[in-house]
Amino acid sequence: MRGRLPALGSIAAVAVLIAVLPFTLSSYNVSLVAQVGIFFVAVLGLNILTGYSGQISIGHGAFMAIGGYTSAVMSRDHHTNLIVTMLMAFAICFVLGLLVGLPALRLSGAYLALATFALAISVPQLPLQWSTFLGGTGGVQSHTTVSDRWIYGAAWSCSAILFLLAWLILRGRVGRAFRAVRDSEIAATASGIELSLYKTLAFGISAAYAGVAGVLFVMATNGFAQPTEFGIILSLQILIGAAVAGLGSLWGILAGAAFVGLLPQVSTSVPVIGSDHGRDVVFGLMVVLVMLALPDGFAGLLARLRALVRA
Amino acid sequence: MALLTLDQARLRFGGIVALDDVSLAVEEGSIAGLIGPNGAGKTTAFNAITRLYRLDSGDVIFDGRSLRHTRPSRVVRLGIARTFQNLELFPRLTVLENVLVGAHVSSRFRRERDVRRDALETLAAVGCAEHANRPAAGLPFGTLKRVELARALAAKPRVLLLDEPAGGLNHEEVDELAGLIRHLRDERELTILLVEHHMRLVMQLCDHVHVLDFGKTIASGIPAHVQRDPAVIEAYLGGELAA
Ligand SMILES: Nc1ncnc2c1ncn2[C@@H]1O[C@H](COP(=O)(O)OP(=O)(O)OP(=O)(O)O)[C@@H](O)[C@H]1O
Ligand SMILES: [Mg+2]
Repeated sequence: MRGRLPALGSIAAVAVLIAVLPFTLSSYNVSLVAQVGIFFVAVLGLNILTGYSGQISIGHGAFMAIGGYTSAVMSRDHHTNLIVTMLMAFAICFVLGLLVGLPALRLSGAYLALATFALAISVPQLPLQWSTFLGGTGGVQSHTTVSDRWIYGAAWSCSAILFLLAWLILRGRVGRAFRAVRDSEIAATASGIELSLYKTLAFGISAAYAGVAGVLFVMATNGFAQPTEFGIILSLQILIGAAVAGLGSLWGILAGAAFVGLLPQVSTSVPVIGSDHGRDVVFGLMVVLVMLALPDGFAGLLARLRALVRA
Repeated sequence: MALLTLDQARLRFGGIVALDDVSLAVEEGSIAGLIGPNGAGKTTAFNAITRLYRLDSGDVIFDGRSLRHTRPSRVVRLGIARTFQNLELFPRLTVLENVLVGAHVSSRFRRERDVRRDALETLAAVGCAEHANRPAAGLPFGTLKRVELARALAAKPRVLLLDEPAGGLNHEEVDELAGLIRHLRDERELTILLVEHHMRLVMQLCDHVHVLDFGKTIASGIPAHVQRDPAVIEAYLGGELAA
């Protein structure tokens, strides 16, 4: 996302592939690839926070929950158009992200991880607290439900728009300020960069992205928002996706999103250990393998391969 | 008129008084030296001026206004840029990007293309243009010191604080650096405060020298006088000044 728009050729190729896929895939597979699109949005957002501004969050599932519930409740109570609920989720999560970013200013590393972890744990409890408004354990059913194809289109359109938005934000002065804060707070301050502004801004933007992903996520479960769907595993999935992605290249984020979007589905068909445990075990193992094999994520791997080819 | 003043600046770290009622004034357009043995409080003075450290008492006055309530990130916006003794670069940014971050306060609402062109020119002015697209991490110390200088210049400051710019340079390179600093001062109408152990550089460049020892001012004046001051010779044990 840095510098020039990544080679227009590869973007066009990806876009065409994604546009053609639904006509060749079964409905089940369409929903799988739609799932990847949903994670693309969330991973892209978290990448701005971790990769660019150098902050961590194990709590982005919480923002997905807030986005998803925002959409479901608006749809249930006011039959609001889903596009409008998406914009609303974006705005609400942006503001909440800024607010979460404020206390996060005083924390770093492991403490920030713990604080955001607490967020991931506590937000899914809110529907149980306010069960009349948020449906309790039973969840909230949106008024509108949509087809797999619709979700597929929505997920990848959001991906494209938000990728472009991220590129616009990150390519110049603001993106450099994020990375400066990540590399040296002292030098960033001496260069006139207000740490609190840029750190909270990164939180706000990445939370807004998670909010949109949350709306799509709820649509993909027949418009049904349920507290259990937004557990800590979801937050970890986004974080792992961002780790696989590395530093913000289109290919890296695609790889990260595909990894966390597809693997849990694929790994349910493991023999012997059964579907439930198979999913957890395979996921865990792959995570360890990825961390070992791709310390800088998929983007780092690509860079190393390119260096090899040139040498 | 003095552009930058420390007024009765006092700062202690536990038992150590790093700045003990230090008053110094830097005339507009001059090159002033701040010298003293290790631990004298020179870097602390820079950190106090740039508001990284808060003074216990006393004040920093820039262009007639107190910086007592100025946020650290505002200092460069007002016109004071600095370099660091032990380098504070952005290792994962390229050399050019480091300079572009330096232009953060001077590039608002400007076109990216123009900002980049200026940054490249600034890099060329300090002789680092050929490293523009390399990551900052991994370049030699002396090169990185000049990259930091370029980053500070990119802010288009009025005052430049240089903390040991000659660190890691040989004799020849030090003379070259002296020429560069003087040239920058003239061309960009800068006022420079320089911390340096390299006495040749200080004596060559400075219009005025201020000497600290254990946080206290022990001498202040033109280089020729300061060099012969018994208190200064005593502080340095005759060593570095004679060289
Ligand atoms: N953040 C800090 N915490 C505690 N003590 C400090 C701190 N910064 C500086 N000091 C102490 O203040 C005194 C002055 O340090 P300073 O770094 O200003 O010296 P200096 O003149 O720059 O020396 P050098 O020539 O070695 O760079 C030293 O005794 C140092 O240990
Ligand atoms: Mg020092």
